[in-house]
Amino acid sequence: MTDCKAGDCKESLVLTRRGLLGGAASLSLWGFMPKVARAGSRDPRLLTVILRGGLDGLALASPVGDPDLQRLRGRFAVTASGEGAGLPLDGFFVLNPSMPYLHGLYQKKEALIVHAVASPYRERSHFDGQDVLESGLPGVGRTENGWLNRALAGLATDGKANPQGLAKAPMKGLAMGAVVPLVMRGAAPVLSWIPQTSGIPLRESTIARLMDLYGQTDPGLAKAFADGIALDKVGLPEAAAAAAAAKGAPAAPAQPPAPPIMREFVDTAQAAARFLGSADGPRIGVLSYNGWDTHANEGAIKGQLANRLGGLDAAIKAFAEGIGAAWNDTVVLIVTEFGRTAQINGTEGTDHGTATTALLIGGSVKGGRVIADWPGLAEKSLYQGRDLKPTRDLRTVMKGVLRDHIGIAEKTLAEIVFPSSGGINPIDGLIA
Amino acid sequence: MFVEEAAARLERAAITDAPFVERLVLFWSNHFSISAAKGGNVRVMTGSFEREAIRPYVLGRFADMLLAVEQHPAMLFYLDNAQSIGPNSPAGFNRGRGLNENLAREILELHTLGVDGGYTQADVTSFARVLTGWTVTDQRMILGKNREIKLGEFAFMPQRHEPGEQTVLAKIYPDRGVETGEAVLADLAKHPATARHIARKLVAHFVSEKQPPPALVARLEKAFRDTGGDLAAVAKALASAPECWQTPPRKVVPPYDFTVSLMRAFDMKYNQVEALRVAAAIGQPLWQPPSPKGWPDEDDAWMGPSAVRERLRIAERIARLANNAKLDPRVTADDLLGPSMSEQSRQAIARAEAREQGLELLIMSPDFLRR
Repeated sequence: MTDCKAGDCKESLVLTRRGLLGGAASLSLWGFMPKVARAGSRDPRLLTVILRGGLDGLALASPVGDPDLQRLRGRFAVTASGEGAGLPLDGFFVLNPSMPYLHGLYQKKEALIVHAVASPYRERSHFDGQDVLESGLPGVGRTENGWLNRALAGLATDGKANPQGLAKAPMKGLAMGAVVPLVMRGAAPVLSWIPQTSGIPLRESTIARLMDLYGQTDPGLAKAFADGIALDKVGLPEAAAAAAAAKGAPAAPAQPPAPPIMREFVDTAQAAARFLGSADGPRIGVLSYNGWDTHANEGAIKGQLANRLGGLDAAIKAFAEGIGAAWNDTVVLIVTEFGRTAQINGTEGTDHGTATTALLIGGSVKGGRVIADWPGLAEKSLYQGRDLKPTRDLRTVMKGVLRDHIGIAEKTLAEIVFPSSGGINPIDGLIA
Repeated sequence: MFVEEAAARLERAAITDAPFVERLVLFWSNHFSISAAKGGNVRVMTGSFEREAIRPYVLGRFADMLLAVEQHPAMLFYLDNAQSIGPNSPAGFNRGRGLNENLAREILELHTLGVDGGYTQADVTSFARVLTGWTVTDQRMILGKNREIKLGEFAFMPQRHEPGEQTVLAKIYPDRGVETGEAVLADLAKHPATARHIARKLVAHFVSEKQPPPALVARLEKAFRDTGGDLAAVAKALASAPECWQTPPRKVVPPYDFTVSLMRAFDMKYNQVEALRVAAAIGQPLWQPPSPKGWPDEDDAWMGPSAVRERLRIAERIARLANNAKLDPRVTADDLLGPSMSEQSRQAIARAEAREQGLELLIMSPDFLRR
């Protein structure tokens, strides 16, 4: 919520009113941020996407090679062929047919699916499940900060002291939305960006008058307001297009109208791409998509889940295209708090379960693979007789990405980012 | 149901003649935070929680509010005590399920003593054992022998209660069933650390978190202790404190309060659903604070750049609605802020190029945004 935590509030903002209103292309408020990787030409980006509500991993990547799938899912199963056929992955799994763009990335080896994976949480409350997913703790327990923020704070400590020698220059995180999610809360400063609440345009004359007023009377509001206006030069699509046009770059092609879910997903993804893609912008971000709690009428092939997965596919596309050349330095990690029951319930949906899928997407991902130590769907193989059994800890994925993509030391990961996780080894070779 | 409760709360806030009391309700509701985001039972109970466990006591005794809160079904669900089972209770032997320390810990850390209040992990565990059996009536109990009980109310279930005496904060409590927990709460309510914790939180919320006047904290602490936690006396000490009126406003008004202020200031039939949506969009979805600690109370908690920018867009919308009423922004500014308004704000409003812009500048002036 607050934009200044670690002493950077004192940094004087070099934005002048004229520069601001004139559409300053470079954001001086980011100018002092260190790069993630200081050596070499890589400038890695990491976007974490949290699917809240519990994604049905068996519907996203369907194990058509498992003989028990039909018994559990019947006509609701995504199958290898026929009606409801998925898109081929590795022979054993198929991808939900609502995700053709993701399928293309998989074929280009830029998408990787991890299956039968779960956080350490083994109960079935969304609230606690999301807390464990985001806190990075081995179990339920209240904490005020999350693993992404601790990863950022770790980077800040690794960095050089700033010229004043007062504090380490902080690396700033990006959170899309008004409430910073737990995973991004903590000591490292976070930039939160919220979309417009209505289509009413802000009038430049009012902005100028407010700048004058705050400048005379209220330095705190002056900085916050100026930063807020400046952020929109990147965050809002019209402003970004205008800035691009001013630089001679072709504007993004107009998108055809999309259903509301897709539009919401796509808008957020595009804004995130603009921030993470800008030259001096933040490098580590998070956004959340809600609505995966499909207790009734799940509709994995046609219906609510298919629509949401379609929205997610469109969002991935929008992000990949929006971030441009930086895609090659990008990893998108898509996770959820838990999976759902293996069997379809009495209301054609699924209930809270345990293991599910996680996705890694981006030009930096060594993709084109499904990583799964498949437990099987036979009744005796299910966790507590009802859920896909977890055979892999989700933290092995997160640690693999943070170590090999962002460059955080394994010891830091085991002790600070994911406390008491010494025995949970990062997966090797996730990053190309 | 949730939306109806939420709209009712907003309307009440917008029309009340006792805004200070409404602010006390907000303060205490936030002190004893629950979140509708927990889902299920908690979501449908958030409105009744505030109405039944907070509102009746904001000018009453702290000890009574504390007991009402910790025995309210919403809190028992939110902090998981409804499922907590004593390991040596009959139910614990049968089911092999156990103790949940969540409620006991948060009572000590957040509701009473404060994080530096001098309790230990052993106190948390003992207190959690004391609270076993504090739960909520469910369908199964009703179907059982007792037809007197109603669904969804506080219940003490002896078969889940951990037997034996417990030591909390160096005091030994013999096992008297539900009364043991009530006795611990009564002792916590009059503990000096609780008086200090509450005094600090009140000053942080109403004056400044970064620069709390120490003398005021001391006076509130004393008022709390001397009156045995009479919240009317504490509220009076706060409202009559010169520090409250002399200190320049340091805090940015939280989104929910901002929305209420707009409704009150412009006397509008501002659509409640829209108002709630707007408050959520700029960071404060009603009754869904981010953790049991409640909404942040740092002085700059609501200064996120993107959210401040969005307040201007809300101001433009309000100004359009209000402009239809042909309000003169200079008169409105005088009515709302009077002599407390800075000369610079007054001039900016007077020099606006149109009435609508004058209202926008008024809404966005530091005088309106801060308190």
